Amino acid sequence: MRKLLSGNEAFALGAYHAGVRVATAYPGTPSTEILEAVARFDNVYAEWSTNEKVAMEVALGASYSGVRAMASMKQVGLNVASDPFMAAATTGVDGGLVVICADDPGAHSSQGEQDNRHYARLAKIPMLEPADSQEAYDFMAHAFDLSEQFDTPAMVRTTTRISHSKTVVDVKQSQAPPARQPEFKYNAAKYVMLPAHARIRHPLMEERLVKLAEYAETCPLNQVTWNGRELGVITSGVAYQYAREVFPGASFLKLGMTHPLPHNLLRSFASRVKRLIVVEELDPFLQENLQAMGIEATGKEFIPRVGELNPDILYEAGQKMGILPGSPHRKIESSVELPRRPPLLCPGCPHTGIFFVLSSLGQRAKLAKTKDRTRADSPLIITGDIGCYTLGAYPPLLAMDTCACMGASIGEALGMEKANVGKKVVAVIGDSTFLHSGITGLVDAVYNNSQITLVILDNGTTAMTGHQEHPGTGISAQGKEAGKVELEQLIRGIGVKDVSVVDAFDMKELRSSVRSALEKPELSVIIVRGDCAVRVPKRGEPRAIDIDSCNLCGVCLLLGCSAIQRTDEQLHIEPSLCVGDTCAVCQQICPRQAIGPQSMIPIKATE
Amino acid sequence: MKPLNLLITGAGGQGIILASDIVGEVAIAAGCDVKKTDTIGMAQRGGSVLSHMRIARKVWSPLIREGEGDLLLALEKLEAARWAGYLKPEGIVIVNNHALPPLSVSLGNARYPSDDEIKDILRQITSQVFFINGTERAKELGNIRTLNIFMLGCASPFLPFKVSTWHESIARRLPEKVRDINLTAFDRGRKEVKGVRIGKS
Repeated sequence: MRKLLSGNEAFALGAYHAGVRVATAYPGTPSTEILEAVARFDNVYAEWSTNEKVAMEVALGASYSGVRAMASMKQVGLNVASDPFMAAATTGVDGGLVVICADDPGAHSSQGEQDNRHYARLAKIPMLEPADSQEAYDFMAHAFDLSEQFDTPAMVRTTTRISHSKTVVDVKQSQAPPARQPEFKYNAAKYVMLPAHARIRHPLMEERLVKLAEYAETCPLNQVTWNGRELGVITSGVAYQYAREVFPGASFLKLGMTHPLPHNLLRSFASRVKRLIVVEELDPFLQENLQAMGIEATGKEFIPRVGELNPDILYEAGQKMGILPGSPHRKIESSVELPRRPPLLCPGCPHTGIFFVLSSLGQRAKLAKTKDRTRADSPLIITGDIGCYTLGAYPPLLAMDTCACMGASIGEALGMEKANVGKKVVAVIGDSTFLHSGITGLVDAVYNNSQITLVILDNGTTAMTGHQEHPGTGISAQGKEAGKVELEQLIRGIGVKDVSVVDAFDMKELRSSVRSALEKPELSVIIVRGDCAVRVPKRGEPRAIDIDSCNLCGVCLLLGCSAIQRTDEQLHIEPSLCVGDTCAVCQQICPRQAIGPQSMIPIKATE
Repeated sequence: MKPLNLLITGAGGQGIILASDIVGEVAIAAGCDVKKTDTIGMAQRGGSVLSHMRIARKVWSPLIREGEGDLLLALEKLEAARWAGYLKPEGIVIVNNHALPPLSVSLGNARYPSDDEIKDILRQITSQVFFINGTERAKELGNIRTLNIFMLGCASPFLPFKVSTWHESIARRLPEKVRDINLTAFDRGRKEVKGVRIGKS
């Protein structure tokens, strides 16, 4: 049956048809939809884990029990999971264990562009790289087989373009195979990594790598396509598709297995073409391996190491290599500068109010006007974290000074305080991110007598990645009732004495709680609670602006709400975007009381 | 069939991904190879979205090269201008004559281009420019969210697929309570574009 599937849907279906029994993940673009799709199948246990480290450990435990298991995560998620990932590579597996790692070249939705192919080398494990959804589907069975055959976790590396593109998949199977009976076989030398055992495992890992390299030579996922012999292209993943497009006459060695590499196959292909190029995204992973083998190939001299590759960039590189003629493509000439359209906090977002408070207490509006940003000054330092709320760093709110990685806001704030930075420090983190990796930072703050203020933005979901459940929501990945971690109880249990819960849309309360927390010489946690406006759409009566009272002071525009718009030197609130009564933050901050429910505003004003 | 490169653009929240999913399903039902990819980023939060669809006997790259698009369907007019460079000379561009000003415009830090400026950019590439009052029509239909399907209707006469295949895909992808209104929106769009051959105006 032919289906149009995203790479992520195809990974899920491929895993299901390969007999996966336990699947784990923490949401992260571009990997999130893999677990969402697995969770819809019967007879598979799927969970949102607290973070990627836990996800890897749960999958590893399932593998030790003899069933097929997988963990999926984005590229930086593997950083979080790297400890159990390396441990899994050391102990090996029982049931097949597959780690799907989704890289994000171009950093469409990430804090960096790291190339996770290096992890396969670090862990000495096999890595497969599909080039479309069909391969995403097919490769999963190979990955599970390899894992069991070679007693190793197998890594499947995808990228945003593979995971999120939809391409045709021919699905031949309709059912999952019967599962093995779960059973843990006692084997302390394999599973208990005491130094004495670990020293035995290491040579086994090296032997495994040699055997995998032998296997790679005849692995059916590495394919040669012979066309002209003038140009040979070694490539993998989505870069293969671009290369086929841009160099239609060339011969191709397409690597479906990119670690370990098939040295004989590479040598033989290289010796049969006149000129050899390597087409790959991000780092010269394949090219450096070829160079180490003494094979001459060009690639990264012309193809950027930075950003996502596409056929236009590759064509340009082909021109610089002297392989392709000049492009006839005509550029548009226009003096008009088109305004950008970056993503924004949504109308009715529960983060807008607290950011406005932090922005005004921190006198942030003046930052935007300071020409030399290094001299910009604010009485408040705001360390930030990862989620929708990172968008609060943009104008007009400018309410975030740092964002490094999941959970870093708390440790960073503590570090600034201990360095005697001389200003009040506020850490801002979302509910899902706090549970992911903020708890240990807060424990550190309690232990080391910190006086920072921590604001937890609790919108009851993992919003940025598309509203996944988490331990604080009480609903499982498969939509069932689950245990619920109460934030207030958890935080008091850690030992924080000053804990308050504030309504995200009550501006007066927000302001007074932040003020009071900043004044207190102790560690304070403010939980700002309000439903995500996209996940829980509550439409009330839209707000409107009375233009007779409005003096265009622009304070409401400082919220950065996309429903508040300026046309022809007048401000108005777009009723189809405004969520109305549940929010009304603009109404609370208008110095002229010019904003109110639509029905209370004179008709002429809303025209 | 001739290979077809189709682009759909607009602002996050306008239903672009659903529209391009429907095109993909129509193409696969017609027996073609299809690849579809979105530069989605954080689209749910109102950012600019561009969806690429490539339909042919065999497709390699999911991304369309600049200057190789056959048809650009824009649900917002600034976005039409932004992505016009993807169109091939004399490609078709269908634009919803509606502005969603980005925040920078409301803050007074940037200026929204005039209709003439937008048309000037589009006409450097093609004379086949169709401006459609899609948002108004969707409001008249009683549900502004039908805009995406209405605009698909406008694009459909230029695409080599049967009306019945379009209807089947739309019916499959939309929940029952909005199914009929969207089928009507599609048909109205199909008629509308035939009435406004303003390409040469």
